[in-house]
Amino acid sequence: VCIHRVRSCSSIHFIKPKHACVFDKSALQFSRHQRLFRASAASRGQIVQFKLSDIGEGITEVTMKEWYVKEGDSVSQFDSICEVQSDKASVTITSRYDGIIRKLHYSLDEIAYVGKPLVDIEIDASKGVASEEDIVETPPMSHEEHTHQEIKGHKTLATPAVRRLAMENNIKLSEVVGTGKDNRILKEDILNYLAKQTGAILPPSPKAEIVPPLPKPDTVPPAPKDRAHKIPVPVSRPVVFSGKDRTEPVTGFHKAMVKTMSAALKIPHFGYCDEIDLTQLVQLREELKPLAQTRGVKLSFMPFFIKAASLGLLQYPILNASLDESCQNVTYKASHNIGVAMDTEQGLIVPNVKNVQVCSVFEIALELNRLQSLGSAGQLGTNDLSGGTFTLSNIGTVGGTYAKPVILPPEVAIGALGKIQVLPRFNGKGEVFKAQIMNVSWSADHRIIDGATMARFSNLWKSYLENPASMLLDLK
Amino acid sequence: MVIQSSLKNCLQLCCILRTSKAGFRSTTSGGLIIESISNDVYQNLAVEDWIHDHMNLENKRVLFLWRNSPAVVIGRHQNPWQECNLRLLRQKNIKLARRRSGGGTVYHDLGNINLTFFTTRKKYERMENLKLVVKALKALSPKLDVHVTERYDILLDRQYKISGTAAKLGRTTAYHHCTLLCNADKFVLSSVLKSPYEGLKSNATPSVPASVKNLFEEDPSLTCEMLLDAIAEEYAKQHQIDNRITLINPADETVLPGISSKTKELQTWDWVYGKTPKFSVSTCFNMVYKGSVLDVKVDLDVKHGRIEVCNIDLPEQWLPPALCSELVKSLTGRKFCPKETTTVATTLSSVCPLDNELHSRWNLLCENMMMLM
Repeated sequence: VCIHRVRSCSSIHFIKPKHACVFDKSALQFSRHQRLFRASAASRGQIVQFKLSDIGEGITEVTMKEWYVKEGDSVSQFDSICEVQSDKASVTITSRYDGIIRKLHYSLDEIAYVGKPLVDIEIDASKGVASEEDIVETPPMSHEEHTHQEIKGHKTLATPAVRRLAMENNIKLSEVVGTGKDNRILKEDILNYLAKQTGAILPPSPKAEIVPPLPKPDTVPPAPKDRAHKIPVPVSRPVVFSGKDRTEPVTGFHKAMVKTMSAALKIPHFGYCDEIDLTQLVQLREELKPLAQTRGVKLSFMPFFIKAASLGLLQYPILNASLDESCQNVTYKASHNIGVAMDTEQGLIVPNVKNVQVCSVFEIALELNRLQSLGSAGQLGTNDLSGGTFTLSNIGTVGGTYAKPVILPPEVAIGALGKIQVLPRFNGKGEVFKAQIMNVSWSADHRIIDGATMARFSNLWKSYLENPASMLLDLK
Repeated sequence: MVIQSSLKNCLQLCCILRTSKAGFRSTTSGGLIIESISNDVYQNLAVEDWIHDHMNLENKRVLFLWRNSPAVVIGRHQNPWQECNLRLLRQKNIKLARRRSGGGTVYHDLGNINLTFFTTRKKYERMENLKLVVKALKALSPKLDVHVTERYDILLDRQYKISGTAAKLGRTTAYHHCTLLCNADKFVLSSVLKSPYEGLKSNATPSVPASVKNLFEEDPSLTCEMLLDAIAEEYAKQHQIDNRITLINPADETVLPGISSKTKELQTWDWVYGKTPKFSVSTCFNMVYKGSVLDVKVDLDVKHGRIEVCNIDLPEQWLPPALCSELVKSLTGRKFCPKETTTVATTLSSVCPLDNELHSRWNLLCENMMMLM
């Protein structure tokens, strides 16, 4: 009766707030709000205070360390609610009920007390109210209690037999996808879930379309073969694809790449490709490899490519330049800091070898070794990663022939090296011989580099590599 | 006498898992002693998680024996920057792991043994477990002066810590694990467990530093194997089970289904670093540049291991202000990690062209920023 009166009063107040029917306006409004809240709560579900259960060893206080839920979240029985810590012991508190979290009684790092309320959970009114909510939970819950609580009614639909099967296998019903009517969880769903967990061979569950409406709890589910005989199976079944799109934010190295490549877009690229006969270089490297090994250095082809590039840049310095933002000035860089693209776990990084113009092939090899080991350990510093003036990308170690590399600003040129293939070629006498062929793809900034310059540089670089002895003449 | 069984016996573990209602039908009624064949800290921690999540320990208990190659293990709610020298760890290739139990930071290497006692939550009793260990030690080497303190440490000669304890309690099961120093590298231990990071303010659980000693120093005849055998024997005797150690391979999915995803999770950045409770860094450092000394003040708020708020105070005009604000803006939201800072720094320097002078100043600032991480 009392509630009725408040309700009718409140509706009036809502529409015309000025018409207060009591002397103490503020008091009525305050109590009205309170009662209104409780009235509406009763119609939704009962709020139960879930108390912090006994930790053991006579502990009475713990520190709240992490919340796994927030107000408004829905939880199922056995879902983790929070993590508390007491004297070197970390305790996961799980929910006793299905419902919605209405209040968290502690904030992070606050002291929580055993036996006092931890969270308020609103239990769905239509499912009935659990009667033991004010008793401190005594862990662990006994077998009978499990079944008792489960049968009481939950958000997840499943028969008692299915629930028992789930409980025996320590499976949370909330984690199982139900394929029955109204997303009901069937025995086959539990078996499927287990099969995924254990990778064991279990009888395959029938496809969603031919699942009967409700399995009877007392019968053993028939083997799928039998079922197939009873129900006519269409020849081609539509494949049910249950994959979902996944969206994640762009972070870390990818974010950096987005930035660099977007800046590179402003550069008008042109490409120039060629093929290099490395037969002589391959032989030379075989001869020099053991010598380098005695000095503790692993000798690849890259040091040769890098040194040859530097010799080429001495003749065509515009390829080692930088164009300013406003395209008013070109800076010819004195140092040849040649970058080497590296593929690491995190993605693409480009450390550079500094001052190649004054380094020997051996010194370049040594430096490359250092950069490679730092790169694979993820320990390259900013000094190694910045200040590059020209870049070579040896994508051929992964595969491919021709490529279309993207210039790394503020540089103006880049070369991508394909893999070395053994191919038939004609020599000077018109005979076919086995040649070690590698393709190179250059990209350059067409605002300051023209095709002829790129071509001449490439020819010079090619001549050094095809006839390594010629490098000796120009080595500084 | 200890008989070590092969992996075939691990299938019994499988049976124990599956027929949870039936309980156990193996001969090791009431208990099981298992030893890991792996020295990988993540794999071994994953085994603990697996047993905690999947085994029904009603009327049963498990003792898990394991050793790790060099690793630092921090407690569930700790701050790795506060607890250890991350730079040194990276240099020496020492792994960093965060366990799920509480407590403080420890250093593991092959000279340290780890023991985990699994029981139901009701039977969780740390003191009993530690007293068992002490009893085993005294049986092995009667002259040893070892005892258990109120803080669940084991002390040697009343002053040196040889064992630290931590525990994890779940809904139905609980575990208590502890370390035991046999002949670990004390030099590495003390250098990695010393944090060089200044100006950190956090509510994370702090570790209580202690002087340590190896049992080997007291009794040179002792080895890790001897300790493991002695403790297994005492455990078997006390709980009336077969003294038989079953070897377990933490990489075997057939015996431990789902273990590899647990191992992977323990290695993710989000778990190891991202679970650090919110903390702030407020520090000054000096940079020496071309004969002059510059004061730089840095203030950072780090949440979930990522920089939430960043403030860098530099001498005026030492670097273009636009670049500085870009740096601060780019660092916000990034992982508090030197690799990420390097990426940010190099990208910015390539996108905004700098002359040599500015470039070296930029590099100097970024190198110093990375030292904080």
